[in-house]
Amino acid sequence: MTEPASILNLDGVNVSFDGFRALNDLSLQVDRGEMRAIIGPNGAGKTTMMDVITGKTRPDSGTVYFDGRHDLRRLDEAAIASLGIGRKFQKPTVFENLTVADNVLLALAGERGVFANLFSRRLTTAGDDVDRHLTVARLLDHRERPAGDLSHGQKQWLEIAMLLAQDPKLLLVDEPVAGMTDAETEQTADLLREIAAVHSVVVVEHDMEFVRRLGVKVTVLHEGSVLAEGSLNHVSRDERVIDVYLGR
Amino acid sequence: MITARLLSGRMTVWDVAFLLLLLALAMLVPLLNLVPEAGSGFHLSAYMVSVLGKYLCYALLALAIDLVWGYCGILSLGHGAFFALGGYAMGMHLMRNIDGRGVYGHPVLPDFMVFLNWEELPWYWSGFDMFGYALLMVVLAPGALAFLLGWFAFRSRVTGVYLSIVTQAMTFALMLAFFQNDLGFGGSDGLTDFRDLFGVSLSSDGMRSALFAASAIVLALAYLCCRLIVSSKLGRVLVGVRDAEARLRFLGYRAERFKLAIWTFSAMLAGLAGALYVPQVGIINPGEFAPAKSIEAVIWVAVGGRGYLVGGPIGAVVVNAFKTFFTGNFAEYWLFFLGGLFLFVTLFLPQGIFGWLRQRLVGSREERS
Repeated sequence: MTEPASILNLDGVNVSFDGFRALNDLSLQVDRGEMRAIIGPNGAGKTTMMDVITGKTRPDSGTVYFDGRHDLRRLDEAAIASLGIGRKFQKPTVFENLTVADNVLLALAGERGVFANLFSRRLTTAGDDVDRHLTVARLLDHRERPAGDLSHGQKQWLEIAMLLAQDPKLLLVDEPVAGMTDAETEQTADLLREIAAVHSVVVVEHDMEFVRRLGVKVTVLHEGSVLAEGSLNHVSRDERVIDVYLGR
Repeated sequence: MITARLLSGRMTVWDVAFLLLLLALAMLVPLLNLVPEAGSGFHLSAYMVSVLGKYLCYALLALAIDLVWGYCGILSLGHGAFFALGGYAMGMHLMRNIDGRGVYGHPVLPDFMVFLNWEELPWYWSGFDMFGYALLMVVLAPGALAFLLGWFAFRSRVTGVYLSIVTQAMTFALMLAFFQNDLGFGGSDGLTDFRDLFGVSLSSDGMRSALFAASAIVLALAYLCCRLIVSSKLGRVLVGVRDAEARLRFLGYRAERFKLAIWTFSAMLAGLAGALYVPQVGIINPGEFAPAKSIEAVIWVAVGGRGYLVGGPIGAVVVNAFKTFFTGNFAEYWLFFLGGLFLFVTLFLPQGIFGWLRQRLVGSREERS
């Protein structure tokens, strides 16, 4: 059996909350090693889609397969994370009372059991791994600070460092540059391109300039389903896309 | 030696000071009771030894609460139930030790069972004549209850104030059950009129001193275990559960397993505390299950300082020292004072006595976890 080309495959997914159809027959395929940008106006279903993939929300119908063989509808958050799907949230969520280094330490792959953690020796041995990820995220100088003291942009990067430490096969990145300065946005785009060289990545973002800078295939969501797909230039010429989103 | 390696670099100066203090007390208090003549200025009465021993049992209960509340964010309003279950297990052993010397002189049955016209010992009382078995039950009974409750509650993601209410309901239900004579634990009178432990009278100076020393040593060992846990990587995970449980799940940790493990361990510590408490006060009755008792224990932790381990024991001793003073002099004002103390600490010392003290001494703001 050959490896399937797609790492993520959503087919005919429906989700509704109290009659509101958040996802409406959504089908999406992300190839192995691809970086994909997802755009769409508020309420288009971007975050709900992330919730479905990571096990936070169960779809009413449709199928969600990871790596061609794992049925994500049957697994909970922890199991999906262990399969190799990492998620960065829209609002940066880090462990504020732990140091920056400890945040990354907790994210490092492996050791997810109670006793494995009690007897873990990583507090003394994993320093190099932690530093490697902190270097990529440009946070090495802050390793001993409580994560709660970081600036908003730095917390976003810390989340990305934690994603890398998880060593996932697929990274889901929700609005990585929300609230960032222009310089930070630029650095984040570089950072994501570095990451995409060795990982499959799905980025949800509002910031068109940022998406343009990523230079990858774009999927436009609208009212819970795919409206258009292709390069940014291609989709931004699409009449329907202009109507619902770009033209406003 | 393994412990030494595990603990190297993980203990603070406060930990060392606390452990040394406990060791010193474990030696000094019995010495002051046993060596000087009664009436000499240095002599510590047997009564005082038991009072101090009682404080240490409360300190152990507070430590257990701080471990789950301070480090894992689980506010238990029912830890008194685990304390009481440990106490009952020890009380059952002490009842079996009466061994035919009760008022009714029955060779096996405790007095209250003879009074109820029971013919034979209920099955769940067998084995308690052996100290080792009783000791096992001291940790297993509260541990099993905590595991069962935690298994359902954490799996269903019952958290925060809802979980607190569940724990409160648990201790209340147990109180009502233990008031029943038919349950076989002495009804409202509970278990009392104990005689001896290991063949030594419980009222003798030697036994009281030994029980005090045992309380100090068990508290020290429990403290070491807790420090080992919170300073390991597991401790970081627990803080993660406390501060951002959902985030931890997306990292692949099953938060409920971590909560269940630490919750069960904490209940076992509370059971040990109860078992040490009962022979020193000479009685265990359903009043120990009263919801107010559990809430009072949470107040000790808040007063001493939540999330430091050492704060719980400090709060337990300080509050109970006040309580001994008040109930001896103007008992009717005690609850007002306790409420006032809690308000004062919440408003002016949000980090508790220990947090305030440390801030004064260390000066700079340090990370709490």
